[in-house]
Amino acid sequence: MSNDDILLQVEDLTTSFRIDDQYYPANDHINLDVYENEIVAIVGESGCGKSAFGHSIMGMHSQEQTKISGKIHFKGADLLSYSNTQLNKVRGKEISMIFQDPLTALNPLMIVGKQIEEGMKYHTKLSKNKRKQKAIEILSEVKIPQPERVYSQYPHELSGGMRQRIVIAIAIACEPSLIIADEPTTALDVTIQARIIDLLKELKRRMKTSIILITHDLGVVSEMADRIAVMYTGEFVEIGETKNFLKNPLHPYSKSLLHSLPSKNNQGEKLHVIKGVVPSLNHLQRQGCRFKPRMSGTDDSIHEETPTLREVEKGHWVRCTCYKHFQIDNHNQVVEGEKDDVFQGQ
Amino acid sequence: MTFFKVNNLKVYYPIRGGIFRRVVNHVKAVDNINFELKRGETYALVGESGCGKTTTGRTVVGLTKATSGEVIFNNLDLTKCNRKQIRETRREIQMVFQDPYSSLNPKKTVYDIVAEPLRNFENLSKSEEREQVEYFMWKVGMSRDSLFKYPHQFSGGQRQRVGIARALTLKPKIIIADEPVSALDASVQAQVLNFMQDIQEEFGLTYLFISHDLGIVRHMCNRIGIMYKGKFVEEGTREDIYENPQHIYTRRLIASIPELDTDQHQNSELLRKNIEEEYQKENDKYFNEDGSVMDLKPVSDTHFAALR
Repeated sequence: MSNDDILLQVEDLTTSFRIDDQYYPANDHINLDVYENEIVAIVGESGCGKSAFGHSIMGMHSQEQTKISGKIHFKGADLLSYSNTQLNKVRGKEISMIFQDPLTALNPLMIVGKQIEEGMKYHTKLSKNKRKQKAIEILSEVKIPQPERVYSQYPHELSGGMRQRIVIAIAIACEPSLIIADEPTTALDVTIQARIIDLLKELKRRMKTSIILITHDLGVVSEMADRIAVMYTGEFVEIGETKNFLKNPLHPYSKSLLHSLPSKNNQGEKLHVIKGVVPSLNHLQRQGCRFKPRMSGTDDSIHEETPTLREVEKGHWVRCTCYKHFQIDNHNQVVEGEKDDVFQGQ
Repeated sequence: MTFFKVNNLKVYYPIRGGIFRRVVNHVKAVDNINFELKRGETYALVGESGCGKTTTGRTVVGLTKATSGEVIFNNLDLTKCNRKQIRETRREIQMVFQDPYSSLNPKKTVYDIVAEPLRNFENLSKSEEREQVEYFMWKVGMSRDSLFKYPHQFSGGQRQRVGIARALTLKPKIIIADEPVSALDASVQAQVLNFMQDIQEEFGLTYLFISHDLGIVRHMCNRIGIMYKGKFVEEGTREDIYENPQHIYTRRLIASIPELDTDQHQNSELLRKNIEEEYQKENDKYFNEDGSVMDLKPVSDTHFAALR
């Protein structure tokens, strides 16, 4: 991958929310490149700032309650300097979004065909008939049986999986070059989830779209993503290629997350538990390594004073040096020098 | 003596239509299911949304009325006993709910929430009650100063522990856990699952674990029943279900567990495709003409599947 292939370049992005007249950064100086035709997953627990990140790119935050600084380069322009009217020309056409809950994302009073056409109406000069034709084409593209019939149905007449396909159809209607998918499968049953995953992968292959996949589910990530960026309290703590990352996770937080999942290999073992809880935005310690309070904390010298993301092997970035001193064994316990009981959780 | 048994349980909801609002048909939420819980085991009910697993759980605790069938516990049929008897069995069977955000009363302190079952069932003095509540809060790993806080002051995992403490206070024999961790983040989920295993050993609990997540079920449960459209399609031990699934629906469910091992991806995608094809093509092998599930046939001593 060369620099020419960069589709979206996020530089030093800070998004702060207002709580009691003070602004607290939910995304803290974030840097991320998204290349053409790749799926990048943003992984983290609820409240880590992953959705805030997606919404910043789409310019969806309320201007009274948030402060945004930094740069979001997209096709040679900085999206943050855009006015709302300029943004409207990009949103839905160049960048579109897939939302988590298909029931609330769709308009209950409008037939789904019209909802798919809406974007085309604003962004293209297609005639009414052409739009309908195209909408039906897209419906069959997202594997909806009998697209002509579904075109004139209302959302409540469709099942959850079908609704999510409609949401995806709306997102791809104008053939965007970037799709932000915010927990696209969380509200769905497992068998439907599997089919939506396969569908998104296929669309990416065929349309050469890039996808930013926001999720908390590492299973979904491993099936879909080319690269993974792990977010903790508004910062990326590790970025790497999926294969590499899953085989050899480096940051203590990534390791802990992977070991807290039940899997075939650790049957009968106690799952790993991370000590403490994710601090809330206004109680967050912003100096030093932010994961330190959730590690044993006995030895401060393993942490950097001002940790930065550093490339430790090609394409694999980690924040803070503490990763060198953190190991979890096959029994999901922390090993070497650290006192085990400290890691048993509260 | 059987510990706990469900016989031919049916829960039907009437569909009314016509001018006189007569019953024209039924939604068969639970349709003739049988299963047994053995003391100390964890039994899972697995299925997709709408398959009737939650209705089964709610019927067992008595939150939903059964249309017909028996729920036998301590040689007593819970669907037919009188109010006094029901009250007594409620002590023994407790429930942990899915959503820790809506299952705790926001106007009550955690102390009152946990003490409520004690106040309902036992005549304790103030100090005895306090002692009991403190004991169970300590058991679920919550500090003493959290006793007089309100639910909104806690995180999701902590709230779910309060819900579990509340279910434990009367020292029940069976706990019905309806998707106890699906509202929680991965790391918190691990906390709650570990903890549920710990107290199971300590209090000799039997769990009826209702879930759609086959990864968690594999980790937690000894025996599993797979439900589809209100009926069982397969039942067996963990090994039976995961190593030797018989019914196409079970195989579909297992194939859709996301794989963390990236080397396996191509295989799993292919497997999913093949199973999907078989599911479309050979439908009549696994389902009756009207699309309903067949009756369970034994595959081995422990393993049953709904095959022709």
